[in-house]
This record gives sequence, C-alpha cells and structure tokens, in this order.
Amino acid sequence: MNHEIKRKVEGFIALLFSTFAAFFGLFWLVFILGDVVVHGLGALKLGLFLSDPVPAGIEGGGLRNAFIGHLMITSCATLIGVPVGVLGGTFLAEYARGRRISRIISILADIMVSVPSIIIGTFIYAIMVRPVGHFSGWAGAVALAIIMIPVVLRTTEDMLSLVPWTLREAAFALGAPYYKVIVQVVYRGAATGIFTGILLSIARVAGETAPLLFTAFNNSFFSVNMNGPMPSLTVSVFQYAMGPYDDWHAQAWAASLVITVFILFLTIAGRLLLKWRYKQ
Amino acid sequence: MMDAVELEIRGLNFYYSGNTHALKNINLPIYKQRVTALIGPSGCGKTTLLRCFNRMHDLYPKHRYEGEILLQGNNLLANNIDLISLRSRIGMVFQKPTPFPMSIYENIAYGLKLKGTKKKSELVERVEKALKHAALWDEVKDKLHASAYDLSGGQQQRLVIARALAVEPEILLFDEPTSALDPISTSKIEDLVMHLKKEITIIIVTHNMQQAARISDWTGFLMLGELIEFGTTEKIFTAPTEKLTEDYVTGRFG
Repeated sequence: MNHEIKRKVEGFIALLFSTFAAFFGLFWLVFILGDVVVHGLGALKLGLFLSDPVPAGIEGGGLRNAFIGHLMITSCATLIGVPVGVLGGTFLAEYARGRRISRIISILADIMVSVPSIIIGTFIYAIMVRPVGHFSGWAGAVALAIIMIPVVLRTTEDMLSLVPWTLREAAFALGAPYYKVIVQVVYRGAATGIFTGILLSIARVAGETAPLLFTAFNNSFFSVNMNGPMPSLTVSVFQYAMGPYDDWHAQAWAASLVITVFILFLTIAGRLLLKWRYKQ
Repeated sequence: MMDAVELEIRGLNFYYSGNTHALKNINLPIYKQRVTALIGPSGCGKTTLLRCFNRMHDLYPKHRYEGEILLQGNNLLANNIDLISLRSRIGMVFQKPTPFPMSIYENIAYGLKLKGTKKKSELVERVEKALKHAALWDEVKDKLHASAYDLSGGQQQRLVIARALAVEPEILLFDEPTSALDPISTSKIEDLVMHLKKEITIIIVTHNMQQAARISDWTGFLMLGELIEFGTTEKIFTAPTEKLTEDYVTGRFG
C-alpha cells in the first residue's frame, strides 16, 4: 500500500518537473515571438517596403534596398544550392546506393548541417572576398548555398530511399535506362518530399546573418549589382538594432517581423506538404 | 499439336554475389504461346530463374551467368545483348502491383514513350487497346487521368499487366502475380493469363499449386536450385516420374 502511494508521488513529481520544463521553454519562445509581433506590427509601415534608407539621424526612410537584396541573395543561393543538393542526394541514393562512399558523404553532410554558419561565412570571405578585395552579393549567395546544400542533399537522399525498390525494377523491366527511371519515376514518387526539403532549406538560410556579414556585408543604397556589397534584412536588423536611433530600432523590429513571418510561412507550408504526402 | 519452342535454356547456372550457386545446370524448353508454370518450395530458385529471362539480375553487382538461354537462336545471356530492347521484348509483372506515381493513362503510355511512340493519337489508341486487352478498360475508361494509386490492388495488378502488354512483348514473365490479391481479383488475373496465351508466351512463378494446375500447360518443378522435373502440367500433377515431385504436388512437403 505504502509502495503504491510512493509510486504515485514519484509519478506526480516527474510530471510536475517535465511540465514545468516544457512551459519554461515555451514561455521564452512565446515571449520572443510575441515581442517581435507587438513591436514589429507597431512599426510596420508601407514606407518600409517602398523607400530606401535615409542618412542616419534623419526621420523616415525604409528598407526597400534590404528587401530586394535579401530576395536576390536568397534566390541566387537557392538556384545554386538546390540543383547541387538534389543531384548530390540522387547520387547518394541511386548511383552510390549501399556503397561506402555514400555513407561517408551522408555523415559528412550531417556534420555540415550543424557547422556554425559564421565559419562558412569566414570561409567564403577568405576565398571570395579577400582575393577580389571587396564584398559581394555573390559571395553571400554562395555562403547561403553552402548552408543549403547538405540540408537539400540529405532530404533528397532520404526521400528517394523511401521510394520502393520494386518500382525501379518495374521501370527497368519495361526497358527504361537508369537516368529515365530516376527522372521519370523515382523523382515523381519523391517530388513532394524533395520540394518540402527545399522549402525548409530556404527557411533555414533566410534568417542567417553571420555568413552574410562577412560576404555580402551591407549597403545603404539600393543595389542590384551582385558583384558589389549588398544589403540584406538580417544584416540590416543587426546594424539598426545596434544603432542609436529610435527610428532604426522601429525599422529593425518591423524587418524582424517580416523575416519571422516569412520563415514561419515556409516552415508551415513544408510541414503541411509532408503531412499531405504521408496521408497518400 | 506440336508446341514450338520459344526459349531454350541450356546448361544454365547462376551465381549470386558471394558465389551462392542459385541455379544448377538447368535445361528447359519454353513453348511458344503456352503457359509454363515454375513451382517449388521457397528458395528453390524459381524466381531467380524467371529473373534470368529479362536479365533483371544485371541490376545487382557480382552476379554470374553460365550457359545459354536461346531466343530465336540468340543467346540472351551474351554480353552484347541490348538489355533495353530485350526488356521490351520480354515483359515482367511482379508480386506486388507496381503502378508508377502517375495517372492511369500515363502508366500505360510510359512504356510506349520509352519505345519512341510520340504521336498523341497513337498513344491514346494503344493505351485503350492495352487496357481492353487486360480487361480493365470498362472499369477505368472514365478516369484515365486519375492517379493509378486510386485503383484497388487487383485493378493495379491488371494495370501493370496492361502496361507490360502495351509494348507488345513476345514473352511475359509473372512473378507470383496473385499472391497479394483476394480470390476474385486472382481469378480475373488467371482468366486474363489464359486469354493472353493466344498471342504471347507466358512464364509464371507460383506458390499456389491449384493455380499452376488450372492455368498452365507445362510445369517445371524446382528444388534447391535444380530442375527436378519438367513436363506437361497434366503429367506433373497426375503421374510425375520423380518421387520428389509427387511429394511436393500432393502437399507432403513445401
């Protein structure tokens, strides 16, 4: 009898601690997101998207240049990172299936996923910024692409591995060469999964600051020249939040909100797609 | 009536990687426009033998063939055989239905497109012909552009047969095509096989002895990689020469 009470008390304590821990973690998350929403909504103005920054100390201005810059850098990173990631994942799951090289690359990619992004930023700084003597949008795009590649590569590999092997055999049995089997049958079977991986990898890099700080740097002026320094939202937030002006702070909050909502949207879209895929 | 030989298997040995001797000196004729059943206990090599005919083993490393499989005088096991054209002459249907992640129409058109048929009108016509051939047309004619995964298991299997038929193969290989299906779907597939042999040669691997007795003209009994006995289905099931065959077909082991 005594034993039973003791177990109930123990169970209750365990429940109490884990619930507390969960709420503790959740509290900060909600706090941060709530803070961004409250401050961001207050500062969100149409001018933020339509006008470029004005000289420091002067009221007004916006971050149009940073929005465009961010979009361009992220798009270029996607254009570089996605094909490399998808083709690399295809190599691992199809051509090198079961080989040792495939396992080794997989593990390396897993390690790459958790490498601090600032290391990638400084690396690109050393090979793409130092030699030419100036920051560039391209360097930023390549840095982000390098962060994307292992994410896309591993999702592609996993999604292709989920396509039953018998499906490939059936296509081979009809007389299809391997590349057609992959492109026409296997990719179609894994399309939603791969697309989800791509969305999540874009979400992953859209909020990066450190790799851009060393590569694309920043630019107070509107610029679509990928060969020169380029502004981005995250770096602008970093700079404005550190600045002494209330107006800068407000714009930083608004930009933070926009990035957060964008990433939230991508992530939710990705999750919904995954859920939909598994229901099929 | 004399049956004409379509495939002649001579002294066939097959080794999987690690030198597993899976088929031992198989000699066997496959008769044209007849159904040949391959029976035997699990692991006897019947599926391995079936997969030699369309060189499916070539997808995996370190396999080795010895001997000959002659199709109109050409050895299918020769190194210079074009596997792509071989596989469009010898189709295969698997144990589990394998529809591709496409619409019903696209599934059938897939093989045709591989063979180079591009004209839309010809594709439409041949898709319809193949589906009618596989006795599936009436069930799917109104939803050709629906996903193939919307079909039932039995319908999927007939879809896969239609897909194989669309490229007009000379030989069709069936690897336990009904073992994942219910009795009604099974009997539809069996009817289909009986019907198809008017035009093509069929080789079927089956675990189901009644099925072999019902639909095949010739039967080969394999055990531990050896062909124990080959003869007309009637003889194998009523008056086998070998004691092992008799024990197996009467259900004393297996």
